[in-house]
Amino acid sequence: MTNHETRQMSTDMTCQELVELITEYLEGTLAPTERMRFDAHVRTCPGCAAYIEQMRTTIGILGKLSEESMSAGAERDLLATFRNWKSGGAADGDARRT
Amino acid sequence: MNSTAVGSPTDELELVLALRAGDEDAFTKLVNRYQSSMLRVALTYVGSRAVAEEVVQEAWLGVLNGIGRFERRSQLKTWIMRIVVNRAKRRGSEEARSVPLSVTQPAREDLGPSVDPDRFRGPDDPWAGHWRSSPPNWAAMPEPRLLSREMLNEVRRALEGLPEKQREVITLRDVLGYSGAEVCNVLTISETNQRVLLHRARSRVRAAVERYLQP
Repeated sequence: MTNHETRQMSTDMTCQELVELITEYLEGTLAPTERMRFDAHVRTCPGCAAYIEQMRTTIGILGKLSEESMSAGAERDLLATFRNWKSGGAADGDARRT
Repeated sequence: MNSTAVGSPTDELELVLALRAGDEDAFTKLVNRYQSSMLRVALTYVGSRAVAEEVVQEAWLGVLNGIGRFERRSQLKTWIMRIVVNRAKRRGSEEARSVPLSVTQPAREDLGPSVDPDRFRGPDDPWAGHWRSSPPNWAAMPEPRLLSREMLNEVRRALEGLPEKQREVITLRDVLGYSGAEVCNVLTISETNQRVLLHRARSRVRAAVERYLQP
């Protein structure tokens, strides 16, 4: 069993170690030797392959949260703010000095 | 319309110059482009939507008043977002002072493992540190279940439960799609710090998704 052979190597990575390195792996910042240990582990470990997939799915779900819109009133206020600023009336502390 | 790519240096320079000249179209363009992200970021620090909207309004005024001094050493997007973060943080800490509860419950900076250690075989096992039982494959799950309204609410709640530093990083990175470098720039944190916070945050949100799928 290749799994068993790999496990005998002193450099073998455990699943518990892998879950702590996954972000560095996804960010592409793992050192080359770590990256090799990581890849070698995943090749023989369906559990970790599934875990990586779970992480990717999680990131995908987070990306679906992005839509947030301001209330219509807020949009109107914003244009008023802009026009006020443009006519030189906009005021916070910084503006008054310039 | 011209063919300049959104967020490219030329596109930004044009917008900055137009805004300085008081061009309302340029302002509307910027608002359409960044408003939703700004609101999302503001919500990371303040408790209510109404306050978050106020923060965004204040931030826009800050942008208008500062645009004359914007030196383009950073991207326009990160500069605007930094203004939002500063205003929102200020509002957030004012809120915290007026709500005694948050004083008794400071944000936890968890340093624990990303996955419950019980999920792995113990030190006496020949397969120590390996999964006791393999995590299920979510890729086989139907998309409607993964992206259901309840799931999104669950993930939103998980985000709200994160310590603030983790929440700000994961919101910019994974919710809004900023690059690692942009996040470091907006939050003025190191690359390593960014990665550590992102890792903790993602691991926690993954665990929340798991709890929802396999209660």
